[in-house]
Amino acid sequence: MISIFFKRILLAIPVLFAVASITFFLIKIAPGGPFDADRAVSPQVLKNLNETYNLDASNWEQYLDYMSGLMQGDLGPSFRFPGRSVTEMIATGLPVTFELAFYAILIALLMGVFSGVLAALKRNTVLDFIPMAIAMIGICVPTFLMGPLLVLIFGINLELLPVSGWGQLPGDKILPSITLGFAYAAYIARLSRGGMLEVLNQDFIRTARAKGLTERMVVIKHAMQGGLIPVVSFLGPAIAGLLAGSFVVETIFQIPGLGRFYVEAAFNRDYTMILGTTIFFSAMIVFFNLMSDLAALWLNPRSRDAS
Amino acid sequence: MKNKLYLIPLIFIFVTSCSESINPVDSGLENQIYHHGNGSEPQGIDPHIVTGVPEHHILISLCEGLTIPNPNPNDMNGYMAGTAESWTISDDGKEYIFNINKNAKWSNGEPVTADDFVWSWKRILTASLGSQYPDMLYYLVGAYEYHNGLIADFDQVGVKSVDKHTLKVNLKNPTPFFLGLLSHYSTWPVHKDTVLKFGDIDDRNGEWTRPGNFVCNGPFQLKTWELNNKIVVEKNPHYYDASIVRLNEIHYYPVSNVMTEDRMFRAGQLHLTSTLPSQKCPIYIEENPNLRIDPYMGTYFYRINTENEVLKDVKVRKALAYSIDRQLLVDKVTKCGQIPAYSFTPPGSNGYQPNTEIPFDPILAKLLLEEAGFSEQNPFPKLEILFNTNEDHRKLALAVQQMWQINLGIEVELVNQDWKVYLNREMIGDFQISRAGWIGDYEDPNTFLDLMRPNRGNNKTGWENMEYDALVEKANTINNQAERYELLYQAEKILIENMPVIPLYTYVRAYQLSPDVKGFSPHILDHHHPKFIYLERD
Repeated sequence: MISIFFKRILLAIPVLFAVASITFFLIKIAPGGPFDADRAVSPQVLKNLNETYNLDASNWEQYLDYMSGLMQGDLGPSFRFPGRSVTEMIATGLPVTFELAFYAILIALLMGVFSGVLAALKRNTVLDFIPMAIAMIGICVPTFLMGPLLVLIFGINLELLPVSGWGQLPGDKILPSITLGFAYAAYIARLSRGGMLEVLNQDFIRTARAKGLTERMVVIKHAMQGGLIPVVSFLGPAIAGLLAGSFVVETIFQIPGLGRFYVEAAFNRDYTMILGTTIFFSAMIVFFNLMSDLAALWLNPRSRDAS
Repeated sequence: MKNKLYLIPLIFIFVTSCSESINPVDSGLENQIYHHGNGSEPQGIDPHIVTGVPEHHILISLCEGLTIPNPNPNDMNGYMAGTAESWTISDDGKEYIFNINKNAKWSNGEPVTADDFVWSWKRILTASLGSQYPDMLYYLVGAYEYHNGLIADFDQVGVKSVDKHTLKVNLKNPTPFFLGLLSHYSTWPVHKDTVLKFGDIDDRNGEWTRPGNFVCNGPFQLKTWELNNKIVVEKNPHYYDASIVRLNEIHYYPVSNVMTEDRMFRAGQLHLTSTLPSQKCPIYIEENPNLRIDPYMGTYFYRINTENEVLKDVKVRKALAYSIDRQLLVDKVTKCGQIPAYSFTPPGSNGYQPNTEIPFDPILAKLLLEEAGFSEQNPFPKLEILFNTNEDHRKLALAVQQMWQINLGIEVELVNQDWKVYLNREMIGDFQISRAGWIGDYEDPNTFLDLMRPNRGNNKTGWENMEYDALVEKANTINNQAERYELLYQAEKILIENMPVIPLYTYVRAYQLSPDVKGFSPHILDHHHPKFIYLERD
């Protein structure tokens, strides 16, 4: 397993290099520049700005310059926010996005696994239909609808929870975490149910029951280990998706996370910020995919032994 | 019992969340903490670098120019004494002597001097700084030349310190709006030693604007700055007028989503919103006492590419303009108190009343189109309206599309583009008609009419008229306001006769304001000096 780990890490380097290079040239193709504004700047001012940020050099020179900075861990200055470096901005938003993603995944796992396993155990009963119907709603209702709905009910009508913010007012983390977690809970519920149903019909479960184990032990110790492998495989991309896709929830709830920087950088043609966040999120996706692959490998006895 | 331990954090979260917590608006009332919705995250707070409205809202509390916006909406002057307690103007209107308030201090306690203004204006006119507003000072003798490298000696620029508290400014021409222009942040001073401690005079990226480093001369000082979260400013004890400042803190929230901002206001998390979800405006007009709709010096218009083959004929441009029912647009589409625009400059600002007309006359419009050579045999080619992605722009473009289709039989395609693509297409002239808006930088018609002069970067229509140019140029050399306006009215008439732009409506400022906020008066440029604002419940 360790060799797999290192092999995959080595593979990640060219992947990230390719992502950085492709992104660099893609954003150069996009029309408009970082200093285009409603109030057009004079050619003289534009020339000065381009000189300041090395944008007057050729694309290749800029590319080489950026990549050499990247090798040394320098993601450059933000064009949109003078005086701020991209590294600093990522470092500011990252803890918030991580915290939000952590709560969301926790909620998703608690809700999803519980209802999925329950639905599998009580197949074709009300306890199967209701959680699965809710899961279907969770998959279908987008976060930009779910968020404002929860805010309307719990924030404005019932006045129980703050409608926005992160760590400023008591309880302001609850609604965004639920909003983000709910969609993933729905997926996890369906995956858990499917995985569990498959495992529950297998011989080793029958054996476990035959040797007199309680149903709870059969489910927890034997069935869930195999039945939740699809969930574990899903978690890697899910966490990466949560980190990169938290933009909508961050916007609805006014959360100072990385997702907002990412999307706003694209709108503002903040080249270095787009590159920095893209490379960072790519690294996250590679890392969490690797982690979930390793976890799935470890959970599956056959592949564990093979490796 | 052990199995139930996991319930403890859940109960804690539930109890802390559901206990009746006092909302920020209520607690703000007790502590004089003002919660201000502020649009987007500010680019920064260096007054010589930044360009936007959210930045202005923050800077007006942190720094102060020679004049400040006048909170009295009935006063003809939009400005009043700021760091300059008084001034004299020479008879020819070209020399200003400002007397700096002797009690004016920086937030570190050092006195504000005339030299500070000289150095600050030198900084904004330093080309390598890359400031986007140096033209605000181009009215000074030698300023344009210094900024564009035609002269190297700043002593040749028309700003001098006579003594510690006396500043002399020499203008190229009498510029009646000069005092109003000084309440724009690009002309405000920065603290020389602090700027130089973190970089050179032309360093855009110096860290002097960070909390703990930032020094300026406004009624508040920077306390904290959490990116994309909030900026907190606290009362500056060294401010010369600190005794009248009643707010203790202002919290600025960069809420870019208008729906989120609306919900925050409804939940008592904000005293003031930066704007309003436009679709809610008609409902709020009926039933929301917190809604405020103030006059605003801005025009929403369609820019015409006069170099386009079919649009270069003025008759076509007039036909397009005359077939739009502006009253219908504001009544049925924008629906938030906007005023139909029949001139490019919003009427009424600083006594300016242009007498231009843009009739809604579909028959005349059709006739003009026929005179331009278009008929059923030679139909008008398909037109494109370019706009940046936004629901309000789309709705308005749809209405105009219908009007042109019905009144002129012209087929119109709507093209929406991402903001930067839209700007780029406008800049390179890759459009036929594009939606545009212009908000005045200062309270004078020149801020609009100057835009349409040849070679101005914001003209973007390709339209050039030497008579118009000469009138606007001449108006800026005249000291008498009535005479000056007379020339500007003539210029405005030429503009509307030639129709390189189709004015549609005059903007209003629609927002929500808590009834607890006092001392907040409408201002045509939306400039509100926070030293006059306080919180009190009736």
